[in-house]
Amino acid sequence: MSDIQELKDFATQVRRDILRQVHKVNSGHPGGSLGCTEFFTALYKEVMHHNTSFDMDGKEEDLFFLSNGHISPVFYSVLARTGYFPVDELNTFRLIDSRLQGHPTTHEGLPGIRVASGSLGQGMSVAIGAAEAKKLNKDKHLVYSLHGDGELQEGQNWEAIMYAAANKIDNLIATVDLNGQQIDGSTETVLPMGNLKKKFEAFGWDVLEIEDGNDMEQVIDGLKEAKTHTGKGKPVCILMTTVMGNGVDFMMHTHAWHGKAPNDEQLEKALAQNPETLGDY
Amino acid sequence: MKKYTDTGKKDTRSGFGDGLTELGRKNPNVVALCADLVGSLKMQDFIDENPERFFQVGIAEANMIGIAAGLTIGGKIPFAGTFANFATGRVYDQIRQSVAYSGKNVKICASHSGVTLGEDGATHQILEDIGLMKMLPGMTVINTCDYNQTKAATIAIADHDGPVYLRFGRPKVANFTPEDQKFEIGKAVKLYGGNDVTIIATGHLVWEALQAAEKLSEKGISAEVINIHTIKPLDEDAIIKSVKKTGCVVTAEEHNFLGGLGESVARTLAENNPAPQEFVATQDTFGESGTPEQLMDKYGLNAEAIIKASEKVLSRK
Repeated sequence: MSDIQELKDFATQVRRDILRQVHKVNSGHPGGSLGCTEFFTALYKEVMHHNTSFDMDGKEEDLFFLSNGHISPVFYSVLARTGYFPVDELNTFRLIDSRLQGHPTTHEGLPGIRVASGSLGQGMSVAIGAAEAKKLNKDKHLVYSLHGDGELQEGQNWEAIMYAAANKIDNLIATVDLNGQQIDGSTETVLPMGNLKKKFEAFGWDVLEIEDGNDMEQVIDGLKEAKTHTGKGKPVCILMTTVMGNGVDFMMHTHAWHGKAPNDEQLEKALAQNPETLGDY
Repeated sequence: MKKYTDTGKKDTRSGFGDGLTELGRKNPNVVALCADLVGSLKMQDFIDENPERFFQVGIAEANMIGIAAGLTIGGKIPFAGTFANFATGRVYDQIRQSVAYSGKNVKICASHSGVTLGEDGATHQILEDIGLMKMLPGMTVINTCDYNQTKAATIAIADHDGPVYLRFGRPKVANFTPEDQKFEIGKAVKLYGGNDVTIIATGHLVWEALQAAEKLSEKGISAEVINIHTIKPLDEDAIIKSVKKTGCVVTAEEHNFLGGLGESVARTLAENNPAPQEFVATQDTFGESGTPEQLMDKYGLNAEAIIKASEKVLSRK
């Protein structure tokens, strides 16, 4: 059990890592990454039972699948800072010959990544397959996944959502990052998806909500609560409301920073709002 | 010349089903998935014997490919079965990202490939799947010729670590390869030796190539017949060696001439031993409804077409 302040400090450092990664190569996706910083911190530091000595099969440990692969900066930072690979390697994000590809892949053998993602809508199916394998292997550990809200516009998700309920995939906790933004604008203007809670429930899922996905205590409590809902015959969904760009005032509440890097001046301003805690890479 | 004997017509999809059943008995990690086509894919025996290792996904092929990719994480060897059209074109990006790029040990098992699917028509008859699959880095592409070979291939690919596309078909066709054959991925099988022309065939066209070679022999033309069951990785050495000897080649496949076996052979020869080539294949067209025999005849995919192509290519030497 980590101290809450320790987790918050960790998250602050992760924010710095996100900003510095995308700034260096002037590309990448800071908005969604910043919004999910608490989620990744809570999951990898506090909730999941996982081995940083990476094994692809991941037997007898919890697994995580990132479906919205474009928020790779937060994933890479948290994997590095929890011990999957050297923190210095964050310097290579999106550079030629790097294991830290623009979107996460297994192809370069980066520890912690179990499937490529980036082309949206595929992660839930993969997570379900891994959850089915755990059941076959009599492995009681859980499978976690994260999905963007805009990503739910991809039809494959609804195939997976239907399958998971029908087949009682109750060792899966799928979290949806409700930041209300996508590339072309808000989800409400691009393609409103209606009441997602009712939709998941209508498909037969057990749905929980985290009202403030940028509040570390709420995220931890929400994830731990979700764990108590597993093993009861239903897949578990967490609808987690976050603010895109959280932690950097000028990046918040807008889709403008979905896939845009800060310039030198903006980086300085953003980093000043997130002082170094664990040491920059 | 020694003639090959049809031991009784059987469908290649039954070879897949029986191979899968045998695998289920000997390899506890083998699991199977299907998208509402269990009967067509002949998967019922596997399901009856291993209900816990079978996943019925319903009419949702994209989800099936993703679940198959996930099942490999935990050591399972998934065999995902549906019609070739729905196993490839419909789910190309899922295969590309979640299977091929991710290096997952998924076996994509595609029945009812080509025009011999028959009466259902062009919506269901894919003639582009070999091309789609062979272009994916790391994907092994296999198109078997008869029941025995399909069964042997199904069993063999479980031991290959990596994604495989296994293509077979619907109709009952001649069963002529040995029941006890050892299936070696990427290894061409020479069926007839010959000196005048090399006929390289895959899938249902292999039997037609044998019939063609026998008729050519009666005309005094000595044809070498090679069964290429593995289109990728291609047995380039066997192809080059044969064409160096004969000086010309006919390729035969139930697939578009764009992107199929013929183009793989042409590339190999262009790089190593340029030679005249004729393509027995569909000519950038969709299929249509009809019986398998009628369609093979109309689209020029039979022994007669191979004979004509052989005579033409000989004249170009």
